[in-house]
Amino acid sequence: MKRVAAYRVPYPGTQPNHLHPPYVSSIKRAPTKPQIPIPYTLSEVTGPSFGPEIVAPKASDLTRGHGGEPLGARIIVSGRVLDENSRPLANTVVEIWQANAAGRYRHEVDQHNAPLDPNFTGSGQAVTDAEGRYRFVTIRPGEYPWRNHYNAWRAAHIHFSIFGPASATRLVTQMYFPSDPLMPFDPIFNCTADEKARNRLISAFDWETTMPEHALGYRFDIILRGREATPMED
Amino acid sequence: MSLQATTSQTVGPFFKIGFEWLYRDNLVGDGVSGERVTVQGRVFDGDGLPVPDAILEIWQANAHGKYDHPEDTQNKPLEPGFKGYGRVPASADGVFRFVTIKPGPVPGPKGKEQAPHLAISIFMRGLLKRLVTRMYFPDDARNAGDPILNSIDPARRSTLIAKKTAGGPGTLEWNVVLQGPNETVFFDLGL
Repeated sequence: MKRVAAYRVPYPGTQPNHLHPPYVSSIKRAPTKPQIPIPYTLSEVTGPSFGPEIVAPKASDLTRGHGGEPLGARIIVSGRVLDENSRPLANTVVEIWQANAAGRYRHEVDQHNAPLDPNFTGSGQAVTDAEGRYRFVTIRPGEYPWRNHYNAWRAAHIHFSIFGPASATRLVTQMYFPSDPLMPFDPIFNCTADEKARNRLISAFDWETTMPEHALGYRFDIILRGREATPMED
Repeated sequence: MSLQATTSQTVGPFFKIGFEWLYRDNLVGDGVSGERVTVQGRVFDGDGLPVPDAILEIWQANAHGKYDHPEDTQNKPLEPGFKGYGRVPASADGVFRFVTIKPGPVPGPKGKEQAPHLAISIFMRGLLKRLVTRMYFPDDARNAGDPILNSIDPARRSTLIAKKTAGGPGTLEWNVVLQGPNETVFFDLGL
């Protein structure tokens, strides 16, 4: 069996720690014992792959599939999925979920006193093309209150989940919107120490994908961990 | 100039909206070989309370010890009915349950074989990045030679090994304990 090349270690501060006390839910859930370093083996450098047929083409348009149009501002969210070596990652599944325009999730646990929208579920999937591109049509999600602390509000965001080529590249993150005044006060947005890494979670307004008289465009590129050039010594 | 990986964020409490379309609590398709097992367990927080908003993703080899992935170049057969991927949410009582087959052994570092195991990622509200762990099988002599198990403090190894249950020979129990004396071993893969 040939040796297995590792995935690159993130730059310090560019990924959150498990424990981030301002995000109160992390206090009883973050592991307290040191995590055990292990070498990359075949179990870590492989991972699930799904053919593009697993995602229906219409699954990337969150404004369709209901009786009518959802309320709120229609937007186009697009970007590329690349690895740290700038390689486009083709044929990878991208999942998103989000609140409706009023800041309410279609979920039994969400008790926020804002209306549900019968024409919006808030769930979408896409598969990246040969250049690593994905594109969603959706509506701009609303900000919403939560009970983390007094007068706590989440900045507007869209949840993203990406598989990439291996278990090692699996990523769940959140995309934010430029100039949102709530970001400085959102402990989830601020869980990452490195300011530049944090700010890369903010999408960019994008004229190129804005559709005249239809929808504003936002661009959000996602970078998954890249491979070390040479196998580890073992 | 290299890029830097996008920072991880929590799945939050509402992941069902985005993840449910790909829930897979039975990994075994038609005609798949291997010993069927049902794995059930619970996720507990630092107060010993069940975690109702957690989700597990399972990745494993088939009964021959072959991953359905291009990087597995072993001369072993794939099985069309077995991808090796599962995704199971915890219930309101923190309970998860899935059906799979016991995988075969797979190659490990320094030419050593790894004992049959499931690679497991765990996401939940309150976790800013995923937890990485493994589940091994009870009464498997190969566990004693497994290079990953052997790299762990013996007192904590048992947190990774499922237990047999009264539910029958094919039913295993494996719990995820986030904090405390029985805290599950989680791995550092440099995430």
